[in-house]
Amino acid sequence: MADAHAKNHDYHIVDPSPWPFVGSLSAFITAVGAIMWMKAIVIGGLKPGPVVFALGFVGILYTMLSWWSDVINEAQLRGNHTRIVQMHHRYGMIMFIASEVMFFVAWFWAFFDSSIYAGEAKSFLRFSFTGGHWPPNGVEVLDPWHFPLINTLLLLTSSTTVTWAHHALLHNDRDGVKQALWLTVILAVCFTGVQGYEYTHAAFGFAGNIYGATFFMATGFHGFHVIVGTIFLAICLLRTYQGDFTPERHLGFEFAAWYWHFVDVVWMFLYVSIYLWGSHWGAAALPH
Amino acid sequence: MYLIFAIVAGLVGGFLSIMMRLELAEPGLQYFTNPQTYNVFVTGHGLIMVFFVVMPAVIGGYGNWFVPLMIGAPDMAFPRMNNISFWLLPASLSLLLISLFVEGAPGSNGFGGGWTVYPPLSVAGHPGPALDFGILSLHLAGASSILGAINFITTILNMRAPGMTMHKMPLFAWALLVTAFLLLLSLPVLAGAITMLLTDRNFGTSFFDPTNGGDPILYQHLFWFFGHPEVYIMILPGFGIVSHIISTFSKKPIFGYLGMAYAMVAIGAVGFIVWAHHMYTAGLALNTQRYFVFATMVIAVPTGVKIFSWIATMWGGSIRFSAAMHWAVGFIFLFTVGGVTGVVLSNAGLDRNLHNTYYVVAHFHYVLSLGAVFSIFAAWYYWFPKMYGRIIPEWIGKLHFWVAFVGANVLFFPMHFTGLAGMPRHYVDYPEAFAGWNKISSFGSYIFAFGLLIFFFGIYKAFTSPVRAANSPWGEGATTLEWSLTSPPPHHQFEILPRISGDDH
Repeated sequence: MADAHAKNHDYHIVDPSPWPFVGSLSAFITAVGAIMWMKAIVIGGLKPGPVVFALGFVGILYTMLSWWSDVINEAQLRGNHTRIVQMHHRYGMIMFIASEVMFFVAWFWAFFDSSIYAGEAKSFLRFSFTGGHWPPNGVEVLDPWHFPLINTLLLLTSSTTVTWAHHALLHNDRDGVKQALWLTVILAVCFTGVQGYEYTHAAFGFAGNIYGATFFMATGFHGFHVIVGTIFLAICLLRTYQGDFTPERHLGFEFAAWYWHFVDVVWMFLYVSIYLWGSHWGAAALPH
Repeated sequence: MYLIFAIVAGLVGGFLSIMMRLELAEPGLQYFTNPQTYNVFVTGHGLIMVFFVVMPAVIGGYGNWFVPLMIGAPDMAFPRMNNISFWLLPASLSLLLISLFVEGAPGSNGFGGGWTVYPPLSVAGHPGPALDFGILSLHLAGASSILGAINFITTILNMRAPGMTMHKMPLFAWALLVTAFLLLLSLPVLAGAITMLLTDRNFGTSFFDPTNGGDPILYQHLFWFFGHPEVYIMILPGFGIVSHIISTFSKKPIFGYLGMAYAMVAIGAVGFIVWAHHMYTAGLALNTQRYFVFATMVIAVPTGVKIFSWIATMWGGSIRFSAAMHWAVGFIFLFTVGGVTGVVLSNAGLDRNLHNTYYVVAHFHYVLSLGAVFSIFAAWYYWFPKMYGRIIPEWIGKLHFWVAFVGANVLFFPMHFTGLAGMPRHYVDYPEAFAGWNKISSFGSYIFAFGLLIFFFGIYKAFTSPVRAANSPWGEGATTLEWSLTSPPPHHQFEILPRISGDDH
């Protein structure tokens, strides 16, 4: 190690950054604000919860914006992202999605626990509430062949268009990328709109009923991921207009596409289990 | 930074436990006028020790220090993400500490339902905001660990020095790799479970409320699907540490290297399918219980492989009983004691009797407090010269070991007896019949606490003495890459990547 400053490897030694600290502080403020809000805590005659929460949340958004702008700059302008660093990012993204999958496992677990075992005799209180079947007594479920089917088609189509965008990018057809990404984002926004409409017209609520709890928790977190994915894709579209991405180098786009496919797959599982199987002809047919 | 954080959190968690032992030294209420406060201390002690002492120390502290050094990398794959993993911890600990001082159960502060946070006590029993602080604290700690896990996996898979294949990688790196996978796959499920708890508490949902169709047992499943891998998360890095120390001070390569590596993989994999052995008394179907008994006992096999391989490494070796070696051998002995009581507890039938008694408390303190914590101290005395370039006098490490070893055994061994006699955990008071062994347990905790003073004295001596550590102070037995660097290593080591040849690990 004759010269301590000579770098003889392809790894990226990053500069110090304030964002991890700012982000953690914002997360702390958000958490405190959320609790003050939920518990309606009064300080000096005011209920500062929502304000504190918003402050922290803006801090988190600002951290994300600045942090990832730094990353894009390092990739585009400074060329820090060698092949091995790109490999790191791929591994990181794959594992991030793996942990997201496990996050959804929790919601599916809750759903199947309540739908398959709705009629267990030993769970007396539950039995008397559900009537021993799924959907529980008195729940008017959504028709799976109505809006949910439209949403399934919207998401599947958007998965196709994002793949179209990817192929266009590989062939350096930049207009094709823009068209396909525009379509994907529009389809994604349509999905969120339909989902929102469906939520406001559902005959059951989030509170007070296990059906509503599992339904809104699982589809709600999916919807949140759709919105995140839409923003991710929209930023890729913006970057395409700025001239980013080449046929060889487009990790940001690729990750947005991976994420979008993940969201799509989760929806297929949601549709099949909660909407189809969980309606009157699925779980209800189990022998109880 | 992680290590300093762990030491500070350890003092808080230790203070809570000493208060508990002071209270339990004699029957009747001594210090806790409100018994609920005792339960809050139990909960706080558990959460702090798990999430803010053991995990930051072995994963954040030693993992971040020595995984890149051992595999010949200049740094972790995502240094900035590593930084947010760290900064989320003080944020998370602050939330947990606030939780101790705000209202939980009506009329008293803090959450007192144990680290498992079971409903309905955690939903209906604690309407105050204390538990909400606790839940969001766990969310942040979980996010920190997931990011850390992604970082470790990427680093270990992608940044090994040229020539270092997976089968030549040091066992500590193997241990962290398995640990990281456990974190990555189990923590999101906990995040889901506590999110449902949060909405049950604040938004009127009924995931865990049977009167609206929910199921409190669902929470137990989700929690222990995380909780059981979590205990391996805490002990696997210790396995890695002990392997290196035993090998170094026996001047022999580790016996059965591949078996050791894959035993950890097996423990990690099987660790995901044994969770319901924490729930034998929750009313599971008999066949379910049979399966979980069997699966749990299977874990004893790879664990046995590890114990016997450590002994075989020492067999015929040229052993030097340094301070670190004392701690490592102590670890093997105490962890084995905890392991065999674990096999006892894995029997659903016996567990009917022992569930929630002090026998269980003794079991998990033997594997965690005496297992994981002893490995943390072993690593401290082993790697201290490398990390800080200074030397803790050997006699201090040995004295600390003997005081801690005696103290911990006097503290926890009698709990087997009180547990078999039927003393339940989580109670501030107990009948006269248990007074004798409890008195002895409390006395042991004071001995262990005194040992910590010796620990700090060792740090003081190291930093006030002019002696500097050599690059490889433990001699030829220490073969891993970190000993080829200066003590302490330069800021970003291996500007020229080391090349690995031959077949040494």
